[in-house]
Amino acid sequence: MIKEVNNSVSVDDLKKFKDEVLHKYPKKVAKKRDKAILLNDPETPPQIQANVRTVPGIITQRGCTYAGCKGVVLGPTRDIINITHGPIGCGFYSWLTRRNQTKPETEADENFMMYCFSTDMQDSNIVFGGEEKLKQAIREAYELFHPKAIAIFSTCPVGLIGDDVHRVARHMKEEIGEGINIFGFSCEGYRGVSQSAGHHIANNGLFKNLIGRDDEKRGDLKYRVNLLGEYNIGGDAFELERIFEKCGINLIATFSGNSTIQKFENAHTADLNMVMCHRSINYVAEMMETSFGIPWIKVQPIGADSTAKMLRKIGQYFGDQELIDKIEEVIADEMVAVIAAREKALKKTNGKKAMLFVGGSRAHHYQNLFEELGMTTLSAGYEFGHRDDYEGRVVIPTIQIDADSRNIEEITVTKDETRYNPRKTEEELKALEAEGMEFNGYEGLMPQMAKGSLVIDDLSHYEMEKLIELYKPDVFCAGIKEKFCVQKMGVPLKQLHSYDYGGPYAGFKGAINFYEDIEMIACTTIWKELKAPWESETYVEAQYAY
Amino acid sequence: MLLRHTTAKEIDRKALTINPAKTCQPIGAMYAALGLHGCLPHSHGSQGCCSYHRSALTRHFKEPVMASTSSFSEGSSVFGGSSNLVSAIETIFSVYEPDVIAVHTTCLSETIGDDLTQIISKANEDGKVPAGKKVIYCNTPSYVGTHVTGYANQVSAFVKFFSTATPKKRNVVNLVAGWMEPSDMREIKRIANEMEARTIMFPDMSGVLDTPLTGHYDMYPKGGTTQADMIATGDSKFSIGIGPYTTEDACIKLENKCKVKFETVEIPIGLKATDRFIMSLSRHANLPVPDSLTEERGRLIDLIADNNKNFYDKRVALYGDPDTLIPLVEFLLTLDMKPVYIVTGTPGKHFDDAMTAMLKEKVPEAKFKSGERADMFQLHQWIKQEGVDMLIGNSYGKYIARDENIPFVRLGFPVMDRPGNNFFPCVGYTGATNLLIKILDAFLDHKDRTCPEEKVELVM
Repeated sequence: MIKEVNNSVSVDDLKKFKDEVLHKYPKKVAKKRDKAILLNDPETPPQIQANVRTVPGIITQRGCTYAGCKGVVLGPTRDIINITHGPIGCGFYSWLTRRNQTKPETEADENFMMYCFSTDMQDSNIVFGGEEKLKQAIREAYELFHPKAIAIFSTCPVGLIGDDVHRVARHMKEEIGEGINIFGFSCEGYRGVSQSAGHHIANNGLFKNLIGRDDEKRGDLKYRVNLLGEYNIGGDAFELERIFEKCGINLIATFSGNSTIQKFENAHTADLNMVMCHRSINYVAEMMETSFGIPWIKVQPIGADSTAKMLRKIGQYFGDQELIDKIEEVIADEMVAVIAAREKALKKTNGKKAMLFVGGSRAHHYQNLFEELGMTTLSAGYEFGHRDDYEGRVVIPTIQIDADSRNIEEITVTKDETRYNPRKTEEELKALEAEGMEFNGYEGLMPQMAKGSLVIDDLSHYEMEKLIELYKPDVFCAGIKEKFCVQKMGVPLKQLHSYDYGGPYAGFKGAINFYEDIEMIACTTIWKELKAPWESETYVEAQYAY
Repeated sequence: MLLRHTTAKEIDRKALTINPAKTCQPIGAMYAALGLHGCLPHSHGSQGCCSYHRSALTRHFKEPVMASTSSFSEGSSVFGGSSNLVSAIETIFSVYEPDVIAVHTTCLSETIGDDLTQIISKANEDGKVPAGKKVIYCNTPSYVGTHVTGYANQVSAFVKFFSTATPKKRNVVNLVAGWMEPSDMREIKRIANEMEARTIMFPDMSGVLDTPLTGHYDMYPKGGTTQADMIATGDSKFSIGIGPYTTEDACIKLENKCKVKFETVEIPIGLKATDRFIMSLSRHANLPVPDSLTEERGRLIDLIADNNKNFYDKRVALYGDPDTLIPLVEFLLTLDMKPVYIVTGTPGKHFDDAMTAMLKEKVPEAKFKSGERADMFQLHQWIKQEGVDMLIGNSYGKYIARDENIPFVRLGFPVMDRPGNNFFPCVGYTGATNLLIKILDAFLDHKDRTCPEEKVELVM
């Protein structure tokens, strides 16, 4: 048993946390939060309460379904015109704020990423319905830009007044013709309990409207893979594209960093799906497996060692010695710079304490990078994760489906009659499993965290303040809303949504960037200057003496 | 090209907004509510609204922005958000301990028709509001008006819930602050101090959204209009509404409620708007303008005269909020510049009238538009038709500025990619000086970078 989670904070210290915070809450709230705060046991992960409603009035990190659907999953694709159907705000706030980078291959290629499209609903549209305005907006978008596809995203009032965005989509697809693809998402903000519902809705839409529309196999026929749940924040996808290319791995589609419609439509021609952010995209992986017979594996290309691990898994999956050798060569080559950078950073970062409260996978993956820096994660949790993201997919059958989850459309997917083609036989899969590969599985965050470390789901502002007050981490990882509160307390906050406008942090070069940035945080001297010289006791005494 | 699909060819758009020059009401209410000391803004709607508004405000101010939400689920959307709000009130007072909760609505709670008056009075009756604490509210449906409207509605709510007239009038002038930076509010208070005027500013975000880093975090920082001051606004002898779009409603309400007479002035951006503000304060506080302010004015005039050649006849495109754009256009005209294209997503006749009056003779070729589809796409199309020498507006302009290679000055909300708004005001003579330096730097840096090598000058 690990007695000390970190040399300066013991398990007993962390045990105090729950009592410290719960007594502040009203009884009902305390009872609910009690189940979302626990001490970890990596051997037998305890059951955590996750993906349940946030108590009204609690200051939460969470956003809404629209944000998960339009902002996260569909936002990074450059050649779809995304029209927000609603009042102006939702479109405005999701306009370029997630740092999804994209790189069209030519100057002539379509790229609508810098644009914000909205129907800007007014009160008359709320009273009399907004479908006609939406139709007209689509006509105008087509007349101005002639896009290949238009997607419609519903905001809260749309569902309430009964506008049917799917009917409008069908109608306009027919009216415009010309092979245009138009589809809608019922991603009203009030559905579900967080962004997570929006991811699910987006996944369903991707599968129904895009995946599988283009059967042509282009490029190399070998080593064809998709990367799922990678959104090219700060250029992460560019770095992973670079690594795959160097290894000779043929990346068909990324969902959805640096993506195009054609890549989605063609994704089913790949032979392996790799899931990066399990929470936001596992549904697509599952549906593609069922429908087309493509197995999926969980990967964590965050951290140099786990990037190497991902590449080795790909090599193992395809089982081709040429590829395996190439991958080893690339890893050896890349690791030279990585190790040099790591050793330099380690001198400053070793033994420091981190806390991570972000997303549905980042709070897990980034622990790899902190481990590589010799740092301990004292506490971590997700903003919108589910129990399987904490405890592993083995718990899925035991997760109770509540009213909020039931509201989210489940689509039934069956084997595609003509295109279902298991990429590996049962025996081959069994053999690979025997060698240690895991298919369609994810073990979750808890097995990776030390015994006795604190796991907290849907951290509240109050709990965050207490964590910092009690344990003074050396770096706290969260998002923009938390950034400056934590820093006012004298603790540096590393944003893991926007990377504080740095990055990329994925892959090998990303790991080097992260080492450098955390080293920088550890070496930033301004934190020592918070007190003015005349505020110190010695100064006051000297004054009196004088 | 970043905005590669934008061309000069306009179509008659009736439904599609592209690249808006506005956002929705609730964020304005949230911002204004932070200007009351000890107040926690509360968003009655889906979590996303609150999260988006806090994020947008934080990206702009680089400061903690605290607010809570009713966290609507599908159930609350069907059955009403009353129980969410009541439970939120109870939780907020026990966990976050504000003095005041300022509730604003969203398109969601407005569409389902939640009645805040009734819900909050029930919360009061049921003892959910501890003694000495207060829950106030305003309606901010996102499908009416813009963020500017939301700000105005929150400021009016302050008057509605606090301002009280006692039989004794005080020799105080209310300064009703429109949508400005905390640094601007600080500067206006400095000007009033310089004049030795007794004033109450509300709302007041200085000391709330520009706090020092000390190692200690205060959820409710020292700044903000105190409740006592807010109550006392009813006894002041006069109100000056600074920025008609954002303050006129509150001024009218205060006059009706407490018989405090008022006038609205433009936000004092530039020479003339500052002149008018100072004269208004001088007149209503019944105090002379001190020499120190006259000297500040003189220094500004000196700077303008010295640099006139860099301003004269330069074509400028602008976008933003009417309370900022009106005095800004006036200031550019003072500089003999030519504001040729101006858009604001906020509707209103005052803007159209002011633009017509200012531009009709001096810049007859000017185009301006307000309200629906008065967006940055429209502005960019005009620029494609005939170019400009400078672009002024929020951070979203950087894409146009880069594509068209135009000097760009950041002003307005949100400015997410440059710090400094909380240090350097743009109001008053000093603020005008700051703004001028920004404009000059943008022009001259652009010239230094792009002119032929033999034309690079040491002295400019």
